[in-house]
Amino acid sequence: MSPSATSPGWLARVRALPNESTAKIVLVTLAVCIVASLVVSTAAVLLEPAQRANQALERKRKILEVAQLLPGEDAGREAVEAAFEQVRTRLVDLDSGRFVDTPDPESYDQRAAARDPAQRVEIARERDIAGLGTRARYANAYLVRDGGRVSTLVLPVHGLGLWSTLYGFIALGSDFDTVIGIGFYEHGETPGLGAEVDNPRWRAGWSGKRVFGPDGEVRIEVVKGEVAGADPRAAWRVDGIAGATLTARGVSNMLRYWLGEQGYGPLLARLRAGEPG
Amino acid sequence: MMDRASRRTVLDPLIDNNPITLQVLGLCSALAVTTTVQTALVMSAALTAVLCCSNVLVSLIRNHLAQSIRIIVQITIIASLVVVVDEFLRAYAVEASRRLSVFVGLIITNCIVLGRAEAFAMHNPPWPSFLDGLGNGLGYSLVLILVGVVRELFGSGSVLGYPVLALARDGGWYVPNGLMLLPPSAFFIIGVLIWGIRTWKKAQVERSEFRIHEVHRTEVL
Repeated sequence: MSPSATSPGWLARVRALPNESTAKIVLVTLAVCIVASLVVSTAAVLLEPAQRANQALERKRKILEVAQLLPGEDAGREAVEAAFEQVRTRLVDLDSGRFVDTPDPESYDQRAAARDPAQRVEIARERDIAGLGTRARYANAYLVRDGGRVSTLVLPVHGLGLWSTLYGFIALGSDFDTVIGIGFYEHGETPGLGAEVDNPRWRAGWSGKRVFGPDGEVRIEVVKGEVAGADPRAAWRVDGIAGATLTARGVSNMLRYWLGEQGYGPLLARLRAGEPG
Repeated sequence: MMDRASRRTVLDPLIDNNPITLQVLGLCSALAVTTTVQTALVMSAALTAVLCCSNVLVSLIRNHLAQSIRIIVQITIIASLVVVVDEFLRAYAVEASRRLSVFVGLIITNCIVLGRAEAFAMHNPPWPSFLDGLGNGLGYSLVLILVGVVRELFGSGSVLGYPVLALARDGGWYVPNGLMLLPPSAFFIIGVLIWGIRTWKKAQVERSEFRIHEVHRTEVL
């Protein structure tokens, strides 16, 4: 018999089996599972490009927002892409603080690299103030230029808050010291408490603050409560969030790590000394 | 277009046999996603889609399903559909998907979906099962959207993001009611809804299962 003639007979025999027989239970379960997994994996594969595009767009939107270059709250895809034209994506070798062109900055995935044994660097426990474990050797940096010189530098930062790792960006002005803005695009902090790091009013308090103290150390921090107006260190201090002391401490620590010697410190020192970006 | 029985299958769950107000199922998501009308709409659409598809699929294999494994097979089907819907939202409605967060995934455990598969789709052909899924999905949607409108209107002074009541912080007269943005307010609104419907449709009033007797004897325990 040819296979085409046997298959209907085979199917009919399965259909005729009593529902409670072991053979039929196994076959029905198997069939349901195969169909279900096919449907789920097809959907996942077909929709992945659209999801990736959404994530990339969301990242660009956040970078622009932090740099205060977003054309409007509800700017659409075209507006975001157009505004992002002025931003140049670069890659920094964190140890030397120099820009590199390989791997390709546009397609580089810093989060994946931080997990990849071939590309990551272990962080010694006593230096690991941001609770990262490992970091990528190369890190992204986003440059906005205004007539040849860098007017805004946006750096990705991440670190442990209370429950989760917060992923975000900080934007620095042309002196590579003054903060333009900060923002997080992914975290799992408590809604209403730690999640207030997304609150625009709190984030507005960062703009104009300074990062580095007179000795070049990272001095910026979130304090508990409000910053007193007469505080001589007010330029480096940001108001705390009520009920979110540990999340705020996480934010301070991640900035101390990423803007310090371990992170972008060498790059920032070079740029502040006037070396060309 | 539809015969009488089909029309009843679709329209019955809207008020007379509403899954939320009569059967009091699916409350978890009704509390969580109704702070704005938009999230309520997206959630309603997601649940209705899952419910229709799961009812049809369960109905298709109902004659070849052993009693002993029917629930796990139903859950497999529902879970797969929910994953697909979740992927779709993440691809084409990112903003809504982020605000709904885990509640799309939790459709898997929504009692309405499994309840309709068990109670209806296991005993009826695909087309009536589809209509039953549609009807129950719309019944759920109706309550969600109502609650969403009330909560967004009094909690944020807007409907679907369009300002309706002039907020005090923007120089208007309305001071938003913060409670409306918290889950308990949905309890109150659904409670009032159930009260209203049962006052209107006396048949929905349940007979009390226990009577509170006056206790004549007290004992010190």
